[in-house]
Amino acid sequence: MTVMEQRGAYRPTPPPAWQPRMDAAPLLPDPEPYRVLGTEAAAKADPGLLRRLHAELVRGRRYNAQATALTKQGRLAVYPSSTGQEACEVAAALALEERDWLFPSYRDTLAAVARGVDPVEALTLLRGDWHTGYDPHEHRVAPLSTPLATQLPHAVGLAHAARLKGDDVVALAMVGDGGTSEGDFHEALNFAAVWQAPVVFLVQNNGFAISVPLAKQTAAPSLAHKAVGYGMPGRLVDGNDAVAVLEVLTDAVRRARTGGGPTLVEAITYRVEAHTNADDATRYRGDAEVEAWRDHDPILLLERELTGRGLLDEDGIDAARQDAETFAAALRERMNQDPSLDPMDLFDHVYAEPTPQLREQRALLTAELEAEQEGSH
Amino acid sequence: MATVALKPATMAQALTRAMRDAMAEDPTVHVMGEDVGTLGGVFRVTDGLAKEFGEDRCTDTPLAEAGILGTAVGMAMYGLRPVVEMQFDAFAYPAFEQLVSHVARMRNRTRGRMPLPITVRIPYGGGIGGVEHHSDSSEAYYMATPGLHVVTPATVPDAYGLLRAAIASDDPVVFLEPKRLYWSKDTWNPDDPQTVEPIGRAVVRRSGRSATLITYGPSVPVCLEAAEAARAEGWDLEVVDLRSLVPFDDETVCASVRRTGRAVVVHESGSFGGPGGEIAARVTERCFHHLEAPVLRVAGFDVPYPPPMLERHHLPGVDRILDAVARLQWEAGH
Ligand SMILES: Cc1ncc(C[n+]2csc(CCOP(=O)(O)OP(=O)(O)O)c2C)c(N)n1
Ligand SMILES: [Mg+2]
Repeated sequence: MTVMEQRGAYRPTPPPAWQPRMDAAPLLPDPEPYRVLGTEAAAKADPGLLRRLHAELVRGRRYNAQATALTKQGRLAVYPSSTGQEACEVAAALALEERDWLFPSYRDTLAAVARGVDPVEALTLLRGDWHTGYDPHEHRVAPLSTPLATQLPHAVGLAHAARLKGDDVVALAMVGDGGTSEGDFHEALNFAAVWQAPVVFLVQNNGFAISVPLAKQTAAPSLAHKAVGYGMPGRLVDGNDAVAVLEVLTDAVRRARTGGGPTLVEAITYRVEAHTNADDATRYRGDAEVEAWRDHDPILLLERELTGRGLLDEDGIDAARQDAETFAAALRERMNQDPSLDPMDLFDHVYAEPTPQLREQRALLTAELEAEQEGSH
Repeated sequence: MATVALKPATMAQALTRAMRDAMAEDPTVHVMGEDVGTLGGVFRVTDGLAKEFGEDRCTDTPLAEAGILGTAVGMAMYGLRPVVEMQFDAFAYPAFEQLVSHVARMRNRTRGRMPLPITVRIPYGGGIGGVEHHSDSSEAYYMATPGLHVVTPATVPDAYGLLRAAIASDDPVVFLEPKRLYWSKDTWNPDDPQTVEPIGRAVVRRSGRSATLITYGPSVPVCLEAAEAARAEGWDLEVVDLRSLVPFDDETVCASVRRTGRAVVVHESGSFGGPGGEIAARVTERCFHHLEAPVLRVAGFDVPYPPPMLERHHLPGVDRILDAVARLQWEAGH
């Protein structure tokens, strides 16, 4: 024993024993994506709900096709289709109560429409006559967010504010697989968990971020596993199984509403179309891959279940398609009208009161437009 | 009229008081940021707020500036009025995307249906001997972003009045606090009902006839000192404190320049692409026939902010301001 050791006073007291802050096991996602359709559990699903989901998905598919067609006719500037992802889009809307809030990304106009937003107003951003066409407060749908993952902290803040006010409101925020690499994804999940905010994060893992496959995006076992690092549960679900997605989201919403905190849900799905109408997917993926997913199409899965159980026949399917046609025809007709534009809108909403500088610029454009008018007479 | 006792107070105290009064009056006002709760902020500007209003109203957040501002956006969407503290100028940069892509645009994006009444407080500027990343003048970035108001006080009463106005504003306000003036003192009665200063009005801090020094924030006291020193040279300088960079008060600035016929813009921010270029252009466009000389700029150098031992060479000081005044072509006219 050295002199120093004999003196004893130099011996540091050991720090308190380290303890994990919670048991990580219950937070871990299941090893397989959760499925209902095609399993025994499907028998327990309410036939009314199955039919409703089917009708919504058929309508959603038709909506996607119509919107893509509108890009070809020059009626939409661009359209990021959610074809093949309709189960997630519809379930996100149906999992929420009226008082809840939805935070969609650019790909999620269908979720907004399924929640009640007028499709023409939902498409305003993509038509290009304004940015957000709908009043976010009307259906409690935040503006479509284009900068990836930036809407996630908004959802957390809103859910936190609702809780501070004593309202049992839940926010559901949507993001893509690529968006999970953004810093805002990390910050939002961390804030949500620290604050135990009543928020549900729905990641639609559709395999691609434009051209980049998931393997180049992350080395995590699954995106749902990321939840564990924040101290919230991660759930993995088959994103083309509408019943499963709705069940998982409804559970997560209920958990959030009753003070259980946030949940991260990863839905495994597939982007059947190119990133947008302007993208050429043949540059980064083969047809075989796309074909492989056709047999796992969300509408097909539901129809198999419904027809197999005798809950839906050809007439029923036709009726759903007819309803979707009517919806698409009305949308087409309205989108074929030129939108009315007021250039003064450019200046009128930058601030509550335009600055003196904006007043001057407004006057300048007014004079230019008047001169244009006179010139054309 | 009862006389009110004027007490000396620091700018930091006036800012604290502004938040305290706003929180007491309006339960939707929430303060949030790094170390703002228990500690009262690294500059102690939020001192006592968590104690008085509880941690739900004055919240220590996780360390993530984008997350702080991003969650503030969501809180504002739900009807709260967040007052966000960024710990230092250079540490506000992670929040830049939220600021530019959402905070500044949400009102416009939604045609006025979703205004965001958020105040982003940022201690800025140098002169405190701060090591790297603690002394930036980042106002030009914010000025270049439509949808934001950009405000900066130079006096103790203005710190109170302008911060009250910023918090009360239904638009987002970037509230730049000149950190080297935090401990500046002024007589001011905090218990006197204060008038909230309107955002967007400059003020003449010192009247003069020879030339106008156009300045703001940390450079205001420097310009006032320069104006005193200039008397020895026979110049009677007017000093305009902008207080608000956006909206910009062309009226007050131009009225002054038309009177004096000469102008120098003074700020710590670099001159290339800095606020002075915009101000000089505006003054020239509006007051050309009244000008006896080109509008000059005295600004920080176009270098990354210097280390503390060199910052005195960088910061616009009295001598550099007087040198600029001397170059205003006096021989030609007067
Ligand atoms: C911050 C940011 N960086 C880049 C882009 C351009 N961009 C638009 S969509 C996209 C891919 C996003 O992929 P993912 O998150 O998987 O969503 P998906 O499009 O598949 O629905 C990219 C890179 C963007 N919108 N925002
Ligand atoms: Mg994707």
